[in-house]
Amino acid sequence: MKLSLKKVDLILGSYSNEEYKILFEMLSRNSDEILKDLIESGLKGRGGAGFPTGLKWKLCAEAVSDDKYIICNADEGEPGTFKDREILDRVPKRVLAGMALAAKVTGAAKGYIYLRAEYSFLVNKLQKELEEFHKILKSNNIKFNVEIFMGCGAYICGEETALLQSMEGKRGEPRNKPPFPTTTGYLGKPTVVNNVETLVSAFMVCRIGPEEFKKLGIQGSSGSKLFSVSGDTPKPGIYDLEFGLSLAEFVDEFGDGDTKAVQVGGASGFCVPRKKFNETTIGYRGGLTGDSLPTGGSMMLFNSSRSMYNILRNYLDFFAEESCGQCTPCRIGCQQLKNGIEAVKKGEKDPEYLNQLLKLSDTMKITSKCGLGQSVANSFSSIVTNFTEEMIY
Amino acid sequence: MENYITLTIDNREVTVPEGTSILQAAHKAKVNIPTLCYHEDLCVAGNCRICVVEVEGSRTLTASCSTPASNGMVIHTSSPVVRNARKDIIALLVSEHNTQCTTCYRSLNCELQSLAAEYNVDNTRYLSVLKPNIQVDRSSWSIEKDDSKCVRCQRCVRTCSELQHVNAITVAHKGKDMKISTFMDLPLNEVVCVNCGQCVIHCPTGALTERRYYDDIWEAIGDPNKHVVINTAPSVRVALGETLDYPPGQRVTGKMVAAMKKLGFDSVLDTDFTADLTIMEEGSELLLRLKKAFRDKENVALPMISSCSPGWVKYIEHMYPEHLDNLSTCKSPQQMFGTLAKTYYAHKIGVKPEDIVSVSVMPCAAKKYEANRPEMKASGFQDIDAGLTTRELGRMIRQAGIDFGKLEDEKFDSMMGDSSGAAVLFGATGGVMEAALRTVYEIVTGRPVPFKNLNIMAARGLEKIKETSILLKGCKPEWDFLEGVELRVAVAHGLKNARTIMEQIKRNESPYHFIEIMACPGGCIGGGGQPIPTNDAIRKKRIAAIYAEDEGKEIRKSHENPEIVQIYKDFLPEGPLGKKSHKLLHTHYTKRNRY
Ligand SMILES: Cc1cc2nc3c(=O)[nH]c(=O)nc-3n(C[C@H](O)[C@H](O)[C@H](O)COP(=O)(O)O)c2cc1C
Ligand code: SF4
Ligand code: SF4
Ligand code: SF4
Ligand code: SF4
Ligand code: FES
Repeated sequence: MKLSLKKVDLILGSYSNEEYKILFEMLSRNSDEILKDLIESGLKGRGGAGFPTGLKWKLCAEAVSDDKYIICNADEGEPGTFKDREILDRVPKRVLAGMALAAKVTGAAKGYIYLRAEYSFLVNKLQKELEEFHKILKSNNIKFNVEIFMGCGAYICGEETALLQSMEGKRGEPRNKPPFPTTTGYLGKPTVVNNVETLVSAFMVCRIGPEEFKKLGIQGSSGSKLFSVSGDTPKPGIYDLEFGLSLAEFVDEFGDGDTKAVQVGGASGFCVPRKKFNETTIGYRGGLTGDSLPTGGSMMLFNSSRSMYNILRNYLDFFAEESCGQCTPCRIGCQQLKNGIEAVKKGEKDPEYLNQLLKLSDTMKITSKCGLGQSVANSFSSIVTNFTEEMIY
Repeated sequence: MENYITLTIDNREVTVPEGTSILQAAHKAKVNIPTLCYHEDLCVAGNCRICVVEVEGSRTLTASCSTPASNGMVIHTSSPVVRNARKDIIALLVSEHNTQCTTCYRSLNCELQSLAAEYNVDNTRYLSVLKPNIQVDRSSWSIEKDDSKCVRCQRCVRTCSELQHVNAITVAHKGKDMKISTFMDLPLNEVVCVNCGQCVIHCPTGALTERRYYDDIWEAIGDPNKHVVINTAPSVRVALGETLDYPPGQRVTGKMVAAMKKLGFDSVLDTDFTADLTIMEEGSELLLRLKKAFRDKENVALPMISSCSPGWVKYIEHMYPEHLDNLSTCKSPQQMFGTLAKTYYAHKIGVKPEDIVSVSVMPCAAKKYEANRPEMKASGFQDIDAGLTTRELGRMIRQAGIDFGKLEDEKFDSMMGDSSGAAVLFGATGGVMEAALRTVYEIVTGRPVPFKNLNIMAARGLEKIKETSILLKGCKPEWDFLEGVELRVAVAHGLKNARTIMEQIKRNESPYHFIEIMACPGGCIGGGGQPIPTNDAIRKKRIAAIYAEDEGKEIRKSHENPEIVQIYKDFLPEGPLGKKSHKLLHTHYTKRNRY
């Protein structure tokens, strides 16, 4: 199955002052219709985990509570992603429109934008936007208020339950799930946590209709997505690409002619070596032949001058620092993986030790409490198995 | 109505109420799942990941402590993938650990050690990631904190915040640097820690232990010029057995006395004696306050609150310093004992007080701190030289190679060794209240308390806050101003519940005259110096043993203890609250900060 690389311009394109007008047209529809469209569209979360957005809103809508919350996750901490920043900067009205839709569907009256501390330069602009937004909501008699909550600088606070903890003034540690935020979220109330891009996509789904949306992408991964392209590429930047692209086409377009590997999905994603470019498509897992890789949007290209050992060690360094540290497999596992590859490189441990470490990364995958510890194995095993020589010599 | 669900655990079907965790459901199915961060006293953390199980259809393993069971689940708790994962996790914990079992105080009573043994884990699988240069914090009189043996289960943190509302210890930093720390990483003796030791009995390893003094005591015993006296708190006799292979709830009073004599103490006395004395002083103090309030219409601090729990005393000093007047001025039984050992007792046996070493065995970690409070020198010397925990006494008995089970029962030595059943009650929550009422009611009315067998059931049990009242009727002429007064009392145990009581007082809404507060859940039988594990099932057994001990006593009221009658005659002729009592048996408190 060969798919062609299609650039689209759904998320950022044709932005105008009409956004709120369009929003109010949508808000006049009934909630069930909006939900139906969303579910129909097959839209999945753009924050990395790929949870169906329509279902998430539905679960929250069904939860019984006087207070509910909509939280826009703008913590964007995955190394190599910078698309949420771009969205908030260029099409903030659409983000707020997405939140307003979620509020309507779920019955929430309060929303927060959890903004990464490093993005504080966006605050003024967002505040102004919020003033206008609130004014217009008020004149339309809609009760919904959005505040900005400044993040705390830790990568783990992007994980939705750690984010909630940190908003509640507690230590940013992921919670046990279940219960999920849709029933027990911020302050114990039903809460929708969505990525910035998901909210915009939801708005766009309602705008163009699920049918149009589904024309983009492939089965199981509908629509398009913003990719943050970086690394050894002549044209780094943000690109709105259709799902289902093959990595080979991607490298044709963005590579520098010497691409030896692409890291899909940042440090917690997978590393694909050249020999697997052809068989790899980008999209959510399932329903596809060959490997299909989910991604929060980070695409990092590496050419042959790069040491995959150094790249992996940097990732592990990052995880060993950024793990919240509460659970055993992740806190200690990350240190073991890092110290382990260093010991092998230095010859202090036999190359066979890498197998022990691969097993460890599997243990981390199935026993860690949250997505961070569970996904360390992605980059670890894909780099170690595909570039074993680079690990040893 | 509760909904029930049915699931399959290791091929066994089990039906449980909705909301039951997989771990609890497994217990019901008689399947044992190992745990580490889980403790039934505490909310679920789900961070150690030892308890993972395989749930069919799930992409990952599932932490059984933190995941509710659901209908139709099919669970495997000991499949190869589960066992391998657990083994790996234990190996990771060991790789982070300062494994020194040969010298470790918790050896043979350590959850990490037994897990490693059970899963046959050695320390060769992974490189050591133990942080270099970890200093043991020995700043506190009561608690030692050794981060090199910490498994980061956060049981201590949850204990200090959920059970005790103190929050002296918290989690600091993240990732590889994550650790248990104090406010600003200050030493324990400089923070708000009240030394209750609850974190110690909830810690699965040797990371938190009581500061141990038995080496000093061996030295004193071996010194021919020293006269070493020991006294044991009421709750020690119902728990010590657990450190010596007895089941919980077994009373070992006679054997305990015999063992201490064998250890070489010159005199084996009983804190229960000074518990009776406390009742005399504290009961009289209550009556004095009531007299001032009801007869003289004076402004006097009521409710009066008990002061025998030094963890509680430090808590109120930190958290509610504006209410220190509500505290009884009575010293705790331990400190009364210490003072008298170096005055009354020293004089009687003709030994110079400076040659007396007074040791106490307590269920408590805070007593160690209390013994070292600067004001506790009423005898002219440090009143109590060392406070041991129940665990330390058990350790000394083992060190001496005494075959505890074979010992013949012996009796406490005399002069400060006799006690009433009321004194024994001090060991359980509600006991001070019950003992005080038995005496106070009789002083005021001339009749015993109007309860069957003198047992005041409303003060007993593990309910968070217990309250009751007792009508004062037919008062003696000198107490006629109390005629018809309904004496209202309350009992709280665990500092979280103490906080509820204090907030009520703060709002000026407290309906009570007298309140008993103990720092530890369950009272002293659940103290921070008691055998590990301690949980509600064990607390209940120890409590039952306390009441059995009381019922077995001939004398069940403090004021009828003949040695009490004698000490007031010989040594404190002005009676309770007299000048000498005030100097020796009462104390004052210190305002402290909230951090
Ligand atoms: C370690 C970790 C970090 C995460 N960081 C982010 C983040 O920065 N932004 C984000 O939108 N989602 C992040 N997520 C995913 C969130 O937990 C959550 O799935 C997401 O916000 C849900 O939104 P979506 O359904 O719209 O994707 C992170 C997850 C993990 C495990
Ligand atoms: S997996 Fe890592 S980040 Fe997630 S809870 Fe465990 S220690 Fe924290
Ligand atoms: S804490 Fe446990 S495992 Fe560690 S040294 Fe002590 S007994 Fe051994
Ligand atoms: S001794 Fe008590 S107050 Fe101190 S840290 Fe432990 S639990 Fe907290
Ligand atoms: S000190 Fe003990 S209770 Fe606290 S986290 Fe460490 S091992 Fe657990
Ligand atoms: S006992 Fe369940 S995670 Fe620790």
